[in-house]
Amino acid sequence: MKRVYVNEQWCLGCHLCEYYCAYANSGQESMVKALKDKTIRARIKVEEKDGISFAVNCRHCTEPLCVKSCIAGALTQKDGLIVIDQDKCVGCFSCIMACPYGALMPNEEGVMQKCELCTTNSHMLPVCVSGCPNKAIVFEER
Amino acid sequence: MKYVIVGNSIASVGCIESIRKVDKEGSICVIGDEKYPCYARPLISYLLQSKTTVEKMVYRDKAFYESNAVTLLLGKRAKTIDRETKHLALDDGSTVAYDKLLIATGSYPFIPPMKNLESVKKCFTFMNLDDAKNLEKALAKESRVLIIGAGLIGLKCAEGIRDRVKSITVVDLASRILPSILDEAGSALVEKKLTDEGLTFILHDSVREFFNGDALLSSGAVVGYDILVLAVGVRPNISLVNEAGGEVNRAILIDEKCQTSIPDVYAAGDCCESIDYVTKERKVLAILPNAYMQGEVAGRNMAGDETFFDKAMAMNAIGFFGLHVITAGIYEGQEKLFTTETGYKRLFVQDGTLVGYILIGDTINRAGIYTSLIRNKTDLGTLDFDLISEEPLLMAFAKKERAHKLGDAQ
Ligand SMILES: Cc1cc2nc3c(=O)[nH]c(=O)nc-3n(C[C@H](O)[C@H](O)[C@H](O)COP(=O)(O)OP(=O)(O)OC[C@H]3O[C@@H](n4cnc5c(N)ncnc54)[C@H](O)[C@@H]3O)c2cc1C
Ligand code: SF4
Ligand code: SF4
Repeated sequence: MKRVYVNEQWCLGCHLCEYYCAYANSGQESMVKALKDKTIRARIKVEEKDGISFAVNCRHCTEPLCVKSCIAGALTQKDGLIVIDQDKCVGCFSCIMACPYGALMPNEEGVMQKCELCTTNSHMLPVCVSGCPNKAIVFEER
Repeated sequence: MKYVIVGNSIASVGCIESIRKVDKEGSICVIGDEKYPCYARPLISYLLQSKTTVEKMVYRDKAFYESNAVTLLLGKRAKTIDRETKHLALDDGSTVAYDKLLIATGSYPFIPPMKNLESVKKCFTFMNLDDAKNLEKALAKESRVLIIGAGLIGLKCAEGIRDRVKSITVVDLASRILPSILDEAGSALVEKKLTDEGLTFILHDSVREFFNGDALLSSGAVVGYDILVLAVGVRPNISLVNEAGGEVNRAILIDEKCQTSIPDVYAAGDCCESIDYVTKERKVLAILPNAYMQGEVAGRNMAGDETFFDKAMAMNAIGFFGLHVITAGIYEGQEKLFTTETGYKRLFVQDGTLVGYILIGDTINRAGIYTSLIRNKTDLGTLDFDLISEEPLLMAFAKKERAHKLGDAQ
């Protein structure tokens, strides 16, 4: 399965992936409308320290601890992709307790959100990857 | 191959999903005494709180049993195992033959003797969907609710019904709430939160006798009530295995392949005692992730794919009225403490590895990074422990480890 992988040495720490992610999942047509005057809640997060930076999002684990730990059955594995049914989520944080990468986070309403590789929004291909100016994240089979 | 599973809940689903990864042909029969397809048991309090619905609580989608070719026998109880002829006897008089059997029977509420309890008309336990539905029917705006037990189940019940009743009093013999998962400071913090939200606690006390509408406590205090909820504790359902001569202690004993001592009989979930990965002691770890993963490993082994589950450990994520708590492992060894505006973080280190943590309030984000340190017994010397203690970041790992985490398929 194709996943998003990180080339740490190429990351500029520009956070564009986060902006593209927030826009892609906002349901808005224009990026300006989606992001203007808003605190963004992206499903990809850039870690930075001492000149090193890299973006972290869901690894789509083959043995997903989040799925096995979700008390609501809101997280499932569908053809390798780990998806969340936000309608079922009760915001208990069990998935956050379980995910080794820190790849889930609550949205404004306290419902969990995670990267679904842009398969569940209107974009179909990871927008963070196409928005990265330096190929520090790539979408490929490994 | 005939796979038979007793109990139709989380461990059972884990088992079905893993059997089907290995064996698409064998028959799977599930016997469950509740009349529902598997639902998310921990959500019964969220149901009363209107944060979910019975439809949304189903644990897997509608097509689950059909697409996994599972025969469901609901509303029936398995009564005995005949280990010689490999048959189960059910309460309707029928028998079911098995080649591989999983016992995933969970637990039942423990009710200590209390004088005159039988005279209490509106008395409930809080373990399953029917309990929640029955309790819901009894709730009224003017109800005074008395909950016995300040553990996870009693307090989640309280949260679930708070807005629907007049008052809630929680009585517990222990001197603090949630003692099994929290340290003293944590108990105090959560107790304060719950008190601010309108609950009344009477700790270090117990019911001596029930009267019509009043409970007399050992201390002499009297608590008026209309509805009683018993959430003192649970006992594992071990009788099937016990009566068939399988090894049991407090719960059914299983090995790392989730086998009981009876050939071809496996067990998983809340009815089991397994080895705690952190302490190496035998323990009942009655939590959902454990039930799922044990069921999964049992299923693999039942289908002939040798697999071990050696990472059972305590971990809990629990929240009340927006105050979240995440804990894992054990609270022993050297510790690091960070206090914040809404809570704190305590990390416990033994022999150079993280063995436990308590996170309350705004310290809970990305907690799984800490959990992974416990689960992998990561040598803390290989990472920037000061940094990761401050904040759970992948940045704290060595460059090579980061490249593996973010560059390899996981
Ligand atoms: C109110 C509440 C809140 C909870 N919150 C959390 C939480 O936040 N996080 C967490 O990790 N865990 C939580 N738990 C615990 C979690 O629900 C259990 O760990 C999990 O359900 C265990 O799954 P299981 O498959 O082992 O057994 P169970 O879910 O207990 O299911 C066992 C099933 O077997 C059936 N059965 C028993 N004997 C027989 C028989 N002889 N024949 C046929 N059927 C039988 C039972 O009726 C039951 O349906 C909570 C539990 C409750 C009650
Ligand atoms: S959320 Fe975390 S545990 Fe779940 S699949 Fe993604 S990386 Fe793995
Ligand atoms: S927060 Fe939501 S997705 Fe995460 S474990 Fe709880 S119910 Fe499942």
